[in-house]
Amino acid sequence: MEALLAMLVGLITAAAFYLMLSGMLVRFVFGFTLMGNAVNLLIFTAGRLTHSDPPLIEPGQTGLAGPVANALPQALILTAIVIGFAMVTFLLILLYRTHHQTGTLDADQDAFLTEISLSEKGKVS
Amino acid sequence: MNLLLILPILLPMVMAMISVLTGLDRARSGMLAVFGALLHLCASGFLLATVVDHQVLVLWMGNWPAPAGICLVADYLSAAMVLITSVIYLAVMVYSGKEITPHQRRSGYYPLMQFLTAAICGAFLTGDLFNLYVWFELILMASFGIMIMENPGSRLTSAVKYVTMNLLSTVFLIMAIGLIYGLTGTLNMADLHEKVAQVDNTALVTGAALLLMMAFAIKSALFPLFFWLPATYHTLPVPVAAFFAGMLTKVGVYALIRLFTLVFVTDVAVTHTLLMVMAVLTMVSGVAAAASQMDIRRILSFHIISQVGYMVLGLAVFTPLALAGTLVYLIHHIIVKANLFLVSGLIQRATGSFDLKQTGGLYQTHGLLSLGFFIPAFSLAGFPPLSGFWAKLLIIYACLEAGHYFLGATAAVVGLMTVFSMIKIWTEAFWKKKALPVDSPVEPLVDIPFQLMGPVLCLCLLTVLIGVFMEPVLKFALVAGEQLMSPHQYVLAVKGGG
Repeated sequence: MEALLAMLVGLITAAAFYLMLSGMLVRFVFGFTLMGNAVNLLIFTAGRLTHSDPPLIEPGQTGLAGPVANALPQALILTAIVIGFAMVTFLLILLYRTHHQTGTLDADQDAFLTEISLSEKGKVS
Repeated sequence: MNLLLILPILLPMVMAMISVLTGLDRARSGMLAVFGALLHLCASGFLLATVVDHQVLVLWMGNWPAPAGICLVADYLSAAMVLITSVIYLAVMVYSGKEITPHQRRSGYYPLMQFLTAAICGAFLTGDLFNLYVWFELILMASFGIMIMENPGSRLTSAVKYVTMNLLSTVFLIMAIGLIYGLTGTLNMADLHEKVAQVDNTALVTGAALLLMMAFAIKSALFPLFFWLPATYHTLPVPVAAFFAGMLTKVGVYALIRLFTLVFVTDVAVTHTLLMVMAVLTMVSGVAAAASQMDIRRILSFHIISQVGYMVLGLAVFTPLALAGTLVYLIHHIIVKANLFLVSGLIQRATGSFDLKQTGGLYQTHGLLSLGFFIPAFSLAGFPPLSGFWAKLLIIYACLEAGHYFLGATAAVVGLMTVFSMIKIWTEAFWKKKALPVDSPVEPLVDIPFQLMGPVLCLCLLTVLIGVFMEPVLKFALVAGEQLMSPHQYVLAVKGGG
């Protein structure tokens, strides 16, 4: 199972890099989202895959009885998902506004590049 | 006493909430920000004094026991970094009062800067790898918000570059954290110090270390990964550029120092050699690229890159003296670089342009500003007796002592090339006769308000003082270097405190 997940992580990462390197910024967003999922899977796998009980303490007891699943990786993944969600939202809005200004989201297009040379001419607020 | 550790993080956060909730007018919100920065400076100064007494301070958040809880740790390095952050924070807040437009203030300039400061201090103080990741995300979020504030068209494409590169680096960071957790079962850095040495699969440890190095190399703008920096910094408002230039890349450098002295010291032959190669290429390429620029802020941006190279070089040489040199360099560089960016704003105010070709004659019209540029610029270039001279001397001396003659020679040559760039700005902006008037959106200013000149002069004074009274700073840095090279004190403080 670990080997399978490891290969899956590799595959998704490769796909994500392909998308991110394409120069189209919308594809970058897809790549970034995919990459986030790959990383979450990686953390999940690194936390060991075991069939065991959830880490809950029975009523009336003071501690855990027997082996339980490791809760920490899931807490890490949860944090990473929340942060990733916020980042993707921000990125989408930023790209929307950029498209509004430049008319393109292709990083190689002149419209995208000339915006920078405008600022170089000392047109500062 | 240990609760002191939370103050540098908590104070700016509280200030941010107050300034969001009260919605004060321009003058009052500026005053509040300066007041908050003063409190922050007091807290950081007190923290440093306490750390000097107690060596290492540890605070377990929420009193959770050692392996599960998250701790804040302050050793010499962290405390010094927090103090220097609050110095720059104060200077920038004073400067912002006159420079920030009402529109920027309404978009939340002050709260965002305060959150940014809190996050930077959090990154300096945390003792947990995952917590470090969270602070980095907070830094990113706050800096994104500041970066896209009030967009006169030119800033969004550069913000896109900054955002995408930094998002990529955080992905690498969290990936490495996942791998390290899988290998060791812990994310506490002091705990990792022992556990990493016990892992059998050394290749995977080195792999994870290199992933982390990549993540922080993007953040600290090391050689092949620095292109986002010169593309963005020159489009920011002046106080923001100063704060970012002073602090942001240095958080990356700090993280590199922390991890590659405390955690990943098992495979020095690979990791630190790679750091060394990157450091040299960073120094040379940064300074060479700066030589071809004519915009003041672009020159300064490329110099950030070349200076980061020096700091990482000190880490890569990996002797107590070299690490002490890195710390001195960090302190010197943050003050000087933030100051130079503030000065660039004043040059623009006085002449109407950032472009060196359109400036000139400042030495005749603005004597005090000339002094305000002269001191940090030639400190950056490494002229004695200013702080930059000692910082460069320490790094070069450590290189020679460790037998890296080529590195020492390169560092000296790069210093010479820095002189070239600084002389270029000096002759173009200050000595040259004033160029013909150009149609500029900004009306040239004859008198520079004291609120803008004050922070610059204070930072100049600090540069001179550090240079003249090098002895105590050096002693402090040497202790810090020893602490970093043999982290048993750090580990004992964290593990014993659980």
